[in-house]
Amino acid sequence: MNDNKKQLRIALRNCGFINPEIIDDYISRDGYMALGKCLTEHTPEETIKEIKDSGLRGRGGGGFPTGLKWEITRKSESDQKYVVCNADEGDPGAFMDRSILEGDPHSVIEAMAICGYCIGADKGLVYIRAEYPLAIERLQIALSQAREYGLLGENIFRSGFNFDIEIRFGAGAFVCGEETALIHSMEGLRGEPTFKPPFPSVSGYLGKPTNVNNVETFANIPAILNKGAAWFSSIGTEKSKGTKVFALAGKINNVGLIEVPMGTTLREVIYEIGGGIRDGKKFKSVQTGGPSGGCLTTDFLDTPIDYDNLIDAGSMMGSGGMIVMDEDDCMVAIAKFYLEFTLEESCGKCSPCRIGNKRLHEILDKITSGRGEFQDIERLQLLSQVIKDTSLCGLGQTSPNPVLSTIANFEDEYLAHVNEGKCPAGQCKALLKYEIIEDLCTGCTLCFRNCPVGAISGERRQPHYIDQSLCIKCGVCYEKCKFNAITLS
Amino acid sequence: MDSIQSLIKDLADQHGRNRESLLPVIQGLVKREKYLSEYSMVEIAREMDIPAAEVFGTATFYSFLETKPAGKYIIRVCKTITCSMKGKNQLLFAIQDMLKINVGETTPDKRFTLLETNCLGWCHKAPAILINDEVYTEVTPEKIREILTGYMKENI
Ligand SMILES: Cc1cc2nc3c(=O)[nH]c(=O)nc-3n(C[C@H](O)[C@H](O)[C@H](O)COP(=O)(O)O)c2cc1C
Ligand code: SF4
Ligand code: SF4
Ligand code: FES
Repeated sequence: MNDNKKQLRIALRNCGFINPEIIDDYISRDGYMALGKCLTEHTPEETIKEIKDSGLRGRGGGGFPTGLKWEITRKSESDQKYVVCNADEGDPGAFMDRSILEGDPHSVIEAMAICGYCIGADKGLVYIRAEYPLAIERLQIALSQAREYGLLGENIFRSGFNFDIEIRFGAGAFVCGEETALIHSMEGLRGEPTFKPPFPSVSGYLGKPTNVNNVETFANIPAILNKGAAWFSSIGTEKSKGTKVFALAGKINNVGLIEVPMGTTLREVIYEIGGGIRDGKKFKSVQTGGPSGGCLTTDFLDTPIDYDNLIDAGSMMGSGGMIVMDEDDCMVAIAKFYLEFTLEESCGKCSPCRIGNKRLHEILDKITSGRGEFQDIERLQLLSQVIKDTSLCGLGQTSPNPVLSTIANFEDEYLAHVNEGKCPAGQCKALLKYEIIEDLCTGCTLCFRNCPVGAISGERRQPHYIDQSLCIKCGVCYEKCKFNAITLS
Repeated sequence: MDSIQSLIKDLADQHGRNRESLLPVIQGLVKREKYLSEYSMVEIAREMDIPAAEVFGTATFYSFLETKPAGKYIIRVCKTITCSMKGKNQLLFAIQDMLKINVGETTPDKRFTLLETNCLGWCHKAPAILINDEVYTEVTPEKIREILTGYMKENI
């Protein structure tokens, strides 16, 4: 991705600039300096204060103040504590954490050791999803090099501090990104969330105080300690400090990772950094926050992006995936898509999420297949509210967001589906109709020969005809016809 | 002791026999055997002194722990939003057409299993697929034919 004046690399400071398989590369760019300084010159309290002053908030989605979390875990009395790195990144459209682990694994290792020193833990665990084989390999190499250099293990920097890190692998369950589920998965149980409190900081892995942070959160730590809290907190907005990495995907010219100061507007991200919409199409919406987030419209293009503004706009920061949609995308179908994801990934423990989302999906399916009625929109809204209010974990509590935000911002599209039986974007197949324009049809029989279900009939050199009851709307005839005689309505 | 039993014993020696070692042991077994048979589950339960029902309950929670026989190469096609917007269906058709199997099935020669999965974190290079531990991105129907032909040439 093009580097652009608008971008500022903190979490991605080394990605692409060092060979991630060579520890000396990392060290030559001030790597492990922050750890050395903490261990030899600063008390844990001083270090925690620095993180608190920096204003860093968790990048895993929730935005909880990182320094405060460390302080709570430090104050939880126990003979054993753990540092956990959440690398289970599963939000559709998100690949920040993968890129950091692949491009700069030592920054995460260094930060976990600093965290261990601060909270009083000598053991770290990285929970990484199995879908990331290269990140796993790079992390393994980095861990063994750090051990070789004495940066992990016993008596690090001759300070008497011991710390080592173990890798645990996910096995294809999105809900394991939720911290209590992640901990249960590491305990060898089904990855089902449990009620909070107690928070992991008080009772986590094996019942011991456990500090869980996201990959990108950790990657910020060494930079903050090297350059100071004042520097970090000078970047960003009032309540969201520093930068955020976003993963741009979808109908945008420049796809890939970007890192921008908090408070950058969507317009800057999409048009200046992202290079605008592909094929000169019109921007319709950008989805942030994955299945927990919502769709933002042109109305929000000039809103500064930070945790609070996105929530006010009916979406959320989430982990930083941004999927850009253009005029060809049907927002009802998009909402249905996210619901499909949630349905599959719901752990099934509580009924609002397990059954409620199923019902939401059924209603959306009804609407996209042309059987929707006006009252369905209200049903969706009502049921969504119940699911949000009564689900156990963050997955269920946020799963209706894509539905609610598309209704709020694109009600006209819902209305077109239920009232007129039309899909304005031309995406919902059941609402489409392929027809042959008699005047243009030469009777060449090409469509007749290509239709997979024999829905087309007609004599050679006579206008052909499509039997709507047989047509499966595959679009083959539309593509094959050389005379533009087939229309889509 | 048969080969499964000794594999399980080795894995338990390596990872431990506590409950928190259960997933690493199962994952080690699936890596070698491609799937977890009922027999393997019972043997893991015996070796680690965990009720077999618990082993089953835990394993079946995770989509990457196959409990049905699987082929040597497991193809996982991303079906999530960006890949769907960028031609995942055509890709899937090409694979089905070439291997003559549907999603969830294994070729009769036990070489390929075809599955769908959720976002692989390569959305900017969609569509993406995973074949065992190898990621392929921006896969077109032409490209997948080449890739699969490559795998077919490898010895079983
Ligand atoms: C359904 C669900 C999925 C989540 N997935 C992730 C994830 O993939 N990565 C992550 O870091 N946090 C994820 N979280 C948030 C974690 O529960 C937790 O808040 C986070 O790891 C804390 O780290 P942070 O304070 O550094 O953000 C998820 C939460 C929910 C409810
Ligand atoms: S809200 Fe959904 S994912 Fe969360 S515990 Fe309930 S069923 Fe499981
Ligand atoms: S859209 Fe497909 S099924 Fe329908 S008439 Fe054309 S070729 Fe036949
Ligand atoms: S949607 Fe397919 S890799 Fe992300």
